[in-house]
Amino acid sequence: MMYDLKEHVIKFLQRGLRVDGRKPLEYRDISIETGITKNAEGSARVKIGETELIVGVKMEVGSPYPDTPAEGTIIVGAELLPLSSPEFEAGPPDIQAIELARVVDRGIRESRAVSFKKLCIEPGKKIWMCVIDVVTVNDAGNLFDAAALGAMAALKTARFPEYDGEKVNYKKLTDKGLPIEEEPISVTVLKIGEHFIVDPSTEEEKVYDARLTVAIMSNGDLCALQKGGDAAVTEEEISQMIGIAVDKSKELRKHLSAI
Amino acid sequence: MRSDGRKDDELRPVTAKAGIIKRADGSGYFKVGNTEAYAAVYGPRNLYPKFMQNPERGILRCSYNMMPFSGAGERVRPGGSRRSKEISLVTEKALLPVLELSEYPNSVVDIFIEFPQTDAGTRCAGICAASIALADAGLVMKDLVSAVAVGYNKGRILVDVSKEEEDIEGMTDIPVAVLPRTGKISLLQMDGQIPPAELQKAVAMAKEASRKLYEIQKQALKDKYHSFEVGELR
Repeated sequence: MMYDLKEHVIKFLQRGLRVDGRKPLEYRDISIETGITKNAEGSARVKIGETELIVGVKMEVGSPYPDTPAEGTIIVGAELLPLSSPEFEAGPPDIQAIELARVVDRGIRESRAVSFKKLCIEPGKKIWMCVIDVVTVNDAGNLFDAAALGAMAALKTARFPEYDGEKVNYKKLTDKGLPIEEEPISVTVLKIGEHFIVDPSTEEEKVYDARLTVAIMSNGDLCALQKGGDAAVTEEEISQMIGIAVDKSKELRKHLSAI
Repeated sequence: MRSDGRKDDELRPVTAKAGIIKRADGSGYFKVGNTEAYAAVYGPRNLYPKFMQNPERGILRCSYNMMPFSGAGERVRPGGSRRSKEISLVTEKALLPVLELSEYPNSVVDIFIEFPQTDAGTRCAGICAASIALADAGLVMKDLVSAVAVGYNKGRILVDVSKEEEDIEGMTDIPVAVLPRTGKISLLQMDGQIPPAELQKAVAMAKEASRKLYEIQKQALKDKYHSFEVGELR
């Protein structure tokens, strides 16, 4: 059955089209809404076509890692809620959710999007931790790009809660935003047969051969990569996929810059 | 007058929608004040492991869960708590009486209820959203379920208590779910003290308020299918 679906998808691609009528390198409509839940210090709802997810940022005070005593940190969690797809099951995060969270984490961490140094409260003792939770509401494909976009939108709009040195007062947010110093954009490129596409639908995610998620900084440099899928790719294909990602990232960046 | 300007028997502003999660077989959205609930129904679908199947009737499974950033105060750790397990159970029992599960032998109907934002009354908002979702899924039902929490404090009964009111010392919290057509009650819990006669009044006020919720829930379902009528279906 999956074999038939793949044939079907490829037949369309040979004619330069997708099953849903899009061109191979065309995203569905993207929308980002921020400040969507009042109990989070920062939040965003991202829709890409029918895919919808929410990202919330909670600020916590904790102790630094011993090897980085003067640096705060981020923690990314992803919940593939069974509410959002018949294929997601209840229970602790499975490998799919873990990979999603780690890829989002890497894009933010390696681009130095959040200054960890500025999240230090008292070296060796107290730091801010930004806990970024991604939860899915409707999975219609391309959670990777949506989650990365949502995480950055939520971080950009997050405010520190009041902190008196002892306790965090979550009822009062200060005017102070997080130390955001870079805005990475993630673009995932899929290879199906001999064809490349972006922004996959649920069906396309079932039949792809290879996947490359590329996190791109504002100067065009890359800051994180994740290859997925069962098939190996050539060097030539990798540079093609990166080229597509860098190109498409400009489109996505407009949505993030507008926030 | 209450701190947010409401009368004692007045609900917070309510918004309800049907069919908001496309991948689900049925879905509902219910917002009351700052409490916001999503519900998705999957099923009837095959139940595994097989020994759990009942050839006479389908089973209902409910899951109540707060998103990690939804609560006032600290982050809610994902993975469920004893509280969320208990609420899942009473939600399931609140919804069961309206479902005709004998229509779905060997199957399961799953309901997932999630909260992006909470401000008291979550279990009731969840039940309202779930009941919209069940109807949206086209399941055989005898009624919807409408639910609201009433509070009691020093001789005063307040409908649809907010978080601020719930936190008042001595506030008794009474969530009630009503089957609007028969007036029967399918969820009743209470945290706090109250004289028996006052409880009767409180439940009566919950029933009265639930009629308003019922109308809003029905309208949400009609709105979805109305737009189909004039638009997508020909």
